[in-house]
Amino acid sequence: MSASIESLVNKEYAYGFVSDIDADTIPKGLNEDVVRLISAKKNEPAWLLEWRLKAYRRWTTMTEPHWANITYTPVDYQNLRYYSAPKSVKPLQSLDEVDPELLKVYGKLGISLNEQKRMSGVAVDAIFDSVSVGTTMKEELSKHGVIFCSFTEAVHNHPELVQRFLGSVVPYSDNFFAALNSAVFSDGSFCYVPKGVKCPIELSTYFRINAAETGQFERTLIVADEGASVSYLEGCTAPKRDENQLHAAVVEIIALDDANVKYSTVQNWYAGDKEGVGGIYNFVTKRGKAMTNAKISWTQVETGSAITWKYPSVILQGDNSTGEFYSVAVVNNKQQADTGTKMIHIGKNTKSTIISKGISAGQGQNSYRGQVKVLPKAENARNYTQCDSMLVGNKCGAHTFPYIEVGNNTATLEHEASTSKIGEDQIFYCKARGLSAENAISLIVSGFCKEVFKELPMEFALEAQQLLGITLEGSVG
Amino acid sequence: MLKIENLHANVGDKEILKGISLTVNAGEVHAIMGPNGSGKSTLAQVIAGHPGYEVTSGSVIYEGADLLALQPEERAQHGIFLAFQYPVEIPGVTNAYFLRSAYNEIRKARGEEEVDPMDFLDLMEQKIKLVEMDEAMLHRSVNAGFSGGEKKRNEILQMAVLAPKLAILDETDSGLDIDALRIVAHGVNQLKRPDNATIVVTHYQRLLNYIVPDFVHVLAAGRIVKSGGKELALELEAKGYDWITEAA
Ligand SMILES: Nc1ncnc2c1ncn2[C@@H]1O[C@H](COP(=O)(O)OP(=O)(O)OP(=O)(O)O)[C@@H](O)[C@H]1O
Ligand SMILES: [Mg+2]
Repeated sequence: MSASIESLVNKEYAYGFVSDIDADTIPKGLNEDVVRLISAKKNEPAWLLEWRLKAYRRWTTMTEPHWANITYTPVDYQNLRYYSAPKSVKPLQSLDEVDPELLKVYGKLGISLNEQKRMSGVAVDAIFDSVSVGTTMKEELSKHGVIFCSFTEAVHNHPELVQRFLGSVVPYSDNFFAALNSAVFSDGSFCYVPKGVKCPIELSTYFRINAAETGQFERTLIVADEGASVSYLEGCTAPKRDENQLHAAVVEIIALDDANVKYSTVQNWYAGDKEGVGGIYNFVTKRGKAMTNAKISWTQVETGSAITWKYPSVILQGDNSTGEFYSVAVVNNKQQADTGTKMIHIGKNTKSTIISKGISAGQGQNSYRGQVKVLPKAENARNYTQCDSMLVGNKCGAHTFPYIEVGNNTATLEHEASTSKIGEDQIFYCKARGLSAENAISLIVSGFCKEVFKELPMEFALEAQQLLGITLEGSVG
Repeated sequence: MLKIENLHANVGDKEILKGISLTVNAGEVHAIMGPNGSGKSTLAQVIAGHPGYEVTSGSVIYEGADLLALQPEERAQHGIFLAFQYPVEIPGVTNAYFLRSAYNEIRKARGEEEVDPMDFLDLMEQKIKLVEMDEAMLHRSVNAGFSGGEKKRNEILQMAVLAPKLAILDETDSGLDIDALRIVAHGVNQLKRPDNATIVVTHYQRLLNYIVPDFVHVLAAGRIVKSGGKELALELEAKGYDWITEAA
C-alpha cells in the first residue's frame, strides 16, 4: 500500500452536540437502593421490582466478561449514574405536549416527532437518556391492534404481556451486561403485533444519549403473535464527550408460530476521537426466539461506538424456523468491534444464514465471532455462513472466530470466508474515471457490503451508505 | 493538446521512462508500438496519474497547463481517459451505477447539472449499441467475471459515455476476437472529433487498419526510438523491432 492510504483525517461526527435539558438525575453508584429508586420512579408493580432485585443480586456475583478481542479501560460501575430523565417528561396525552426543547433535539437529528411532519410510513419511539419522550403514530397502529409504546407504558398498560415475555429469551442471569441491564433498565420500546396482523408501517426506536456520566440501559421487547409480521428499525447517536459512556441494552424478540420479525439497526454512537479518547462502550445483548415456521432476521450496520460487543442471535426453537444475520461493521481510527451472532438450531429443518462484512480502517480492530450450534434433535438443520473482511490501509486488523458445534449428522453447514485489502488499483481505476478518493472508497465499500444493504429498508439503506462514507472519510488519501 | 517533454519516470529505484517527448494535437491519432516491457503502459499510467510511478524529470503540458500537478480524478475531469490494459474488477458495484457516479462527478467538476438515473439510462442504452454489448452487462458488477474481451469492450463503453478529449487505449485490441476488434475500432472512430485526440498502444498492425493513425511511434527501453506515418506499422509488422532497437 502506498503512502496515500495512510493519511487519516476524520470527518466531524455530526451528532456530537450536547443539549441543555433540565434533567432529573440520581446520585452515582449502584446498590439495591438505587434499583428500588429506579423502580419507584417508574411506579412499578412489585413483581418487576422483585425481578430487578434478583437480577441485581445475580449481577453482584458475576464478573465482566473478557473473552472478546477488545481492550479498554475498565468501567467503574460505582462511578456511573443509572438514571437521568428530562424533567419535562410526564405521561403525555399527545405528542403536542412534548417539550419543544426535546423536539428541537430530535429535529437536529433529523427525526420529527411532530405528527404533522413525521416520516411517512414510520412510527418512532424516541428514547432520550433513560426514558421515552414520545411515540408517534400510535393511533394509526392501534387501529390494527398493534401496541407500540415505551417500556414504562407497557408495564402499566399491558402488564400481562410484559410479565409473560420479559426475560423469556434473555433471562436476567444470561450474562454480566444483561444482568446489569435487567437490574437498572430505565425504559425502552415495547411492541406487540397481534395474531395474523401484518404491521402496516415500519416501527422504529431512536436512542439518544445526552447526559454525562450516565449509562444508558434500555430494554426492547418485541412480540409477534402467531402469523404476525413486523419490521423494526433502531438508530442511535450520542454527544461527543471525552469520557467513555456505557450503553448496555437488551433486545428480546419473540416470534410465535408463523410470525416474521425483521430487526434493523444503524448504530452510530459517538466513536471517540482519532486518538481513541471518549466514545461509547456498546455492550449489547440481542436475541430472538423463533417458534414453528417463524423467521427472525437481524440486519445491523455498526459504524459508531469506541467498543462494540454485540451478538444478535436466534434460537431456532420451532421446526422449520429461520434465522438470519446480516452485518456490516466498520471500524476506523481506534475503534474496536467484536460482533457476530449465535444461531442455535433446536427444531427440525431449521435454517440460518449469516452474512458478515467487516471493514477495518485506521488502527481499527474488527472481529467476527459467530457460533452455529446444532442440537441433537435438530434434524436437517442448515446453515450458510459468509464472513468477509476488508482492510483499508495496513495498521488495522480483521479477525474471525467461528465456533461450530454439530450434534446431529444430518446437518448441512457451509462456511465461506475471505479477507481482502481495498486495492490501490481499484481506487486508481475509480479515480481515472473522475471519482474522488472518498467517493471511490465509499463506492468500493458499498459494493462489498451490498448483500447486507439490500436487506435494509430503503431509507435506512441510503443512510447506511452515507454513514459508511463518513466513517471512512479520510481513511484514504 | 498534449506536450510531453523529456519525461523520466521510476518505479521504486528503477527508471522505466528514460526521456520521452511526444506532442499530440487535437484531431490526431497516435499509435505507440514497441516490445514487451518497453514502457508503453507506464507512459499511459503516468499520463493518467497512477501514484505508483514517480516522475523524476521532464514535463507534461495538457491544454496549456501542468498535467502532473493534477490528481488522477482531476485529469479525468479535464477530459483524459485511459482504457486500461488490465481493467479492474469492483465487486458489488453495477456497471451502470459506477458509470453514472463517474459521469455525474465529472459533470459536477465542470459545474454542470447531475443527470438523474432515468436520463442516464437513456444515454447508456444509446452508447451500449455503439459497442454492441448486451444490456444485461450494465447491471453486472464492474468487470467482475467478465471475459477478457468483455472487459475491453466495457472500457470502450465507458469511453463512449464519458466522451473524453484525450483517450489513451492501452492494448484494447489484445484479447479481442476479429469481430470485437472491428466493433471496438468502429466505436473509437465514431467518437472521433476534430477537437479530441487518441493515443493507441498496440502490438498489432491489424488494429491500425481500422483505426488509422496519423503517427506511429516505437517505444523501446523507455525511449521513443522511431516515429513515422502509418506505413511504419507495416514495416514493423514485416521486420519486427530488432532493426530499430539495434540502430538506436
Ligand atoms: N509496478 C511495477 N513494479 C516493478 N516493475 C514495474 C512496475 N510497473 C512496470 N514495471 C516494469 O517496467 C517495465 C515497463 O513496463 P510496462 O508495463 O510499461 O511495459 P509495456 O511496454 O506496457 O509492456 P507490454 O507490451 O507487455 O504491455 C517492465 O520491465 C515492467 O516489469
Ligand atoms: Mg502494457
